[in-house]
Amino acid sequence: MADLSNDFVGIKSPNPFWLASAPPTDKAYNVERAFKAGWGGVVWKTLGEEGPPIVNVNGPRYGAIWGADRRLLGLNNIELITDRDLYINLREIKQVKKDWPDRAMIVSLMVPCEEEAWKRILPLVEETGADGIELNFGCPHGMSERGMGSAVGQVPEYIEMVTRWCKAYTRMPVIVKLTPNITDIRYPARAAHAGGADAVSLINTVSSIVSVNLDTFAPEPEIDGKGSHGGYCGPAVKPIALNMVAEIARDPETAGMPISGIGGVTTWKDAAEFLALGAGNVQVCTAAMTYGFKIVEEMISGLENWMDAKGHRSLNDVIGRATPNVTDWQYLNLNYVAKASINQDACIKCGRCHIACEDTSHQAITSVVDGRRHFEVIEEECVGCNLCVNVCPVENCITMEPLAAGTTDKRTGQKVEKKYANWTEHPNNPSVEAAE
Amino acid sequence: MKSTQLQEGIVAGRLTSAEIDDNFQDVHPPLDNHEALVAADRCYYCYDAPCVTACPTAIDIPAFIRQIATGNTTGSAKTILDQNILGGMCARVCPTETLCEQACVREEAEGKPVQIGLLQRFATDGVMRENKQFYQRAPATGKKIAVVGAGPAGLACAHRAALHGNDVTIFEAAGKPGGLNEFGIAAYKTVDDFAQKEVDYIAAIGGISFKYDTKIGRDVSLKDLSSQYDAVFLGMGLGGVNALGLDEKELNGVVDAVEFISRLRQTEDKGHLPVGRRVVVIGGGMTAIDAAIQSKLLGAEEVTICYRRGQEHMNASSYEQELAAAKGVTVKHWVQPKRLLASDDVLTGIELEYTELTDGKLTGTGQTVSIVADQVLRAIGQSLEDGGLNGSGQAIKLENGRIAVDQHGATSMAGVWAGGDCVNAGDDLTVTAVAQGRDAAEAIHKTLAG
Repeated sequence: MADLSNDFVGIKSPNPFWLASAPPTDKAYNVERAFKAGWGGVVWKTLGEEGPPIVNVNGPRYGAIWGADRRLLGLNNIELITDRDLYINLREIKQVKKDWPDRAMIVSLMVPCEEEAWKRILPLVEETGADGIELNFGCPHGMSERGMGSAVGQVPEYIEMVTRWCKAYTRMPVIVKLTPNITDIRYPARAAHAGGADAVSLINTVSSIVSVNLDTFAPEPEIDGKGSHGGYCGPAVKPIALNMVAEIARDPETAGMPISGIGGVTTWKDAAEFLALGAGNVQVCTAAMTYGFKIVEEMISGLENWMDAKGHRSLNDVIGRATPNVTDWQYLNLNYVAKASINQDACIKCGRCHIACEDTSHQAITSVVDGRRHFEVIEEECVGCNLCVNVCPVENCITMEPLAAGTTDKRTGQKVEKKYANWTEHPNNPSVEAAE
Repeated sequence: MKSTQLQEGIVAGRLTSAEIDDNFQDVHPPLDNHEALVAADRCYYCYDAPCVTACPTAIDIPAFIRQIATGNTTGSAKTILDQNILGGMCARVCPTETLCEQACVREEAEGKPVQIGLLQRFATDGVMRENKQFYQRAPATGKKIAVVGAGPAGLACAHRAALHGNDVTIFEAAGKPGGLNEFGIAAYKTVDDFAQKEVDYIAAIGGISFKYDTKIGRDVSLKDLSSQYDAVFLGMGLGGVNALGLDEKELNGVVDAVEFISRLRQTEDKGHLPVGRRVVVIGGGMTAIDAAIQSKLLGAEEVTICYRRGQEHMNASSYEQELAAAKGVTVKHWVQPKRLLASDDVLTGIELEYTELTDGKLTGTGQTVSIVADQVLRAIGQSLEDGGLNGSGQAIKLENGRIAVDQHGATSMAGVWAGGDCVNAGDDLTVTAVAQGRDAAEAIHKTLAG
C-alpha cells in the first residue's frame, strides 16, 4: 500500500490533504470533525490582531456558478478573517493540537503591515504548540481595503519585508500564501523566497463578481441592493492554480521551494495533478464546503489506489514529476502530428463534434456520409486541435492519435519527421533568420 | 372489497367515486420546476438533432429544452407552439417512446432519453395557464376558409390560416370542439378539461368561428362549402367503426371502444359509468389499450385484450402495452373473434379462434378458446364515412378507404385540402394530424394569395 504520509517543511501529517484557512477551520468544533473524518491537517482560519473582533456582513457571504444539474463549479465569498476573539481561537488551537498531535496545525495570520503587530502576535501563536504559520497575503476582498491581504500580496517588497519579520520573531516554519490577483506569480514567490519563507501556498481566491441579479441590478451576493467583489474558488479556478504552481516550481529562482497547492482540489485526481506539478501537499476548502468533510475518504483512497496501480510508493515519487514537462510554447515539438479519431461504436451521433468543427474550426468532421448521419474525421482538414474531444459528451469516444514518423500527414502532404523540431529553429521564425 | 365489484353484468359503481377519481389521475404528473431543470440539463443540444427529425411537426426540441434550462420558459413555449399549436396536447398524448425520445441520443447512450414529452408539457402548461398569446393575425386577406372537423387537424389548420389573415369557419359534427382530443384520448392522459382549454387558447387568436352539431353530408354538403368558401379543409377524422363481422348488433353487451371512451370522457361522474365484471377488448391499437385500461380503472375484475397477431405487430407502443400490463390488463395474442356467446340475448362470453401466419397470410387454426365476458369492446379500427363527402357533387378521390392527398394536403378536388386521420397519408397520430393541418393551411394560404 502506498505511503501517503506527508512531510511538508518538517510538518508531519498522515496524508497530504489539509483544509485551507477558511470557514471550515474557524473553530475547534469544525476542526475536530475534520480530523475525525481523516484530514491530515488544517490551516486555522486567519487570525487578526488583538482588539475588537472583526465584523462580517449579516447578509449572504457566498455566490456561486453551477454546471449541469446545478453542480457547484465556482464559489465566491466576501467573508473576512475570523470574527471570533483572538484568545478564544488561541485556546482552541492549543487544545486541538494537544488532542490531535499527529495532525498538522498551521495558523493563518493577517495583521497590519507593521513590524510591531507581527512581533506581538507570533509568540501568542507559538505558545499554542502549532506546527507553523501561514501569512495571509491573499484575500482580495474587505481586508485588502485596509492594507492587508492581497494588498500586501500584490507588492513583492511588502511580502519580503513581512516574511523577514516573521522569520526573525518565530521558530515556526513560515508559509507565505500568495494571491493570484497579480500579473506574474513568480515575482511574489521570489519575494517570499528572498524574505526567507520556508514555503509558499497558492492560490488564494480570485477577485470576482460571480453574478448580477437582473431584477435588482445588483452584484451577488447582494447586501441590501449592493454587492462587492469577492474571492472566487472551487473547481473553476483549478487551471489557474495549476499554472501558477507550475510557474513557481520551474522558475530557477524559486525551484525547490516547497509549495502547498490550493485551488479547486475536489478529487484525488486534482490532488495528484498538483503534486505532479510540484506541490508538496494540497489544501482544500470548496469541496469540503460543498460535500462535507467525508470527501477526504475518497481523496485518500483514490490517491492510494492510483499510486499502488502506478507503483508509486510515497508522495515523493509523485511530487514534481510533471514539472520538467512544463515548458514554453517555443519548445513544443512542431513535428508531432495528431489527428482526431472517432470510435464509431462509442459514438451516439449527437453531432456536437461536427458543428463545433464546422462552425468554429476546420470543417474536418462529416455529418452525413452516403445519406446517413455519420460523423467521421476528414484527415485532410484535421489540424488535431482537440476541440471535438472536448465537446464530445462520451468519454474516450474521440481520441487524438499521433501519426507515426514516416507516415504522410494528409492535410499538409508532408511526411511526419521523427526528429524533434521547435519554433526556435523553424524557418518561419523571423528571429532564426536574424541570427543567420 | 365492495359487493358490487364482483357483480355479474354491466353495472356502475364497482368502485367508489373516490377510488375511481384516484385511478384516473394524471398518468404522467407534470414536472415541477426543479425536475424540469434536472431533465433539461441532460439535453446535449445535438446538431441536426435526431429528435427533431423524428417529430412529425419538427419542433426545435434542443432549442426549447435549452430555453427551459436557461429559465426562458416563455421562449421555450413559443419555440414549441411555432411548429405545433397543439404542443400542449401532443406533450400528453404523443407516443414519445417511438418518436422523439426513441431518437434521443441519450437513448442510444444510456437507454434513458431526455424526457422530451414532459419538458414540452412543462413549457406549454405555463403559458397556457397564463393565456400568454404569441401570435398577431396578419392584415385581413378577405378570404374565407371552411374547416370540417374541430379535431387536431382542423384546429391546427384553422389557427395557421387565421394567423395569415384569413377568416375560418369550423364545422363540427359534435356539440363541442376537440375531436379525438376531447372524445378519444384516455382520460388519465388529459385531465382537468385540458382539451377544451387548449381549444380556447387556439381560438383566442381570433378569426375562427365554430358551427357545432353540423355534420358534413348531413347538415352541410361539400358542394355547398366549396361554393361558399374560398377553400375547404377536410379534417373530420374517421366517423365509422369497423365491425367484428359477427352477429354483434343484436347483443347489448357489445359496444364500440371509441363510444365507450367518449362516454367516459364526457361523463361528469365516472362512478355512474357501467362496466362489465369481465371485459374483452378486441384489437391491438391504442384505442384497445385505452379502452382496456379504463375498464380496469372503472373496476372491471378481468380485462383481456384479444389481438389476432403477435405482440410485435400491435400498433400500440411497447410502452402502452407495459402500462396496460401494469394496470392488470391481460393481453392474448394470436386469437380472432369467432362467435359471441349469449344466453337469453345476454352476452356471456366470446369464442375465439387461434391464428397463425402461413406464407405471410393470417389464417385460423381451427382450434378455439372461450372467454367468459359480460362486455365486449370493439377496437379493430375506424373507417372514413365517405358517404358524407361524395354524392353531393364532384367525387373526391379515395385511396385505401381514405382521402387521397398530395404532399401539401391537396385532394383531387380543386380548392379542397384534407389532413388528419381521414387522409391516406399518416399514422393516425395527433401530432401528424397537427402537422398536416398546419401544412395544408400554408398551402391554402399560398394558393389563395396567388
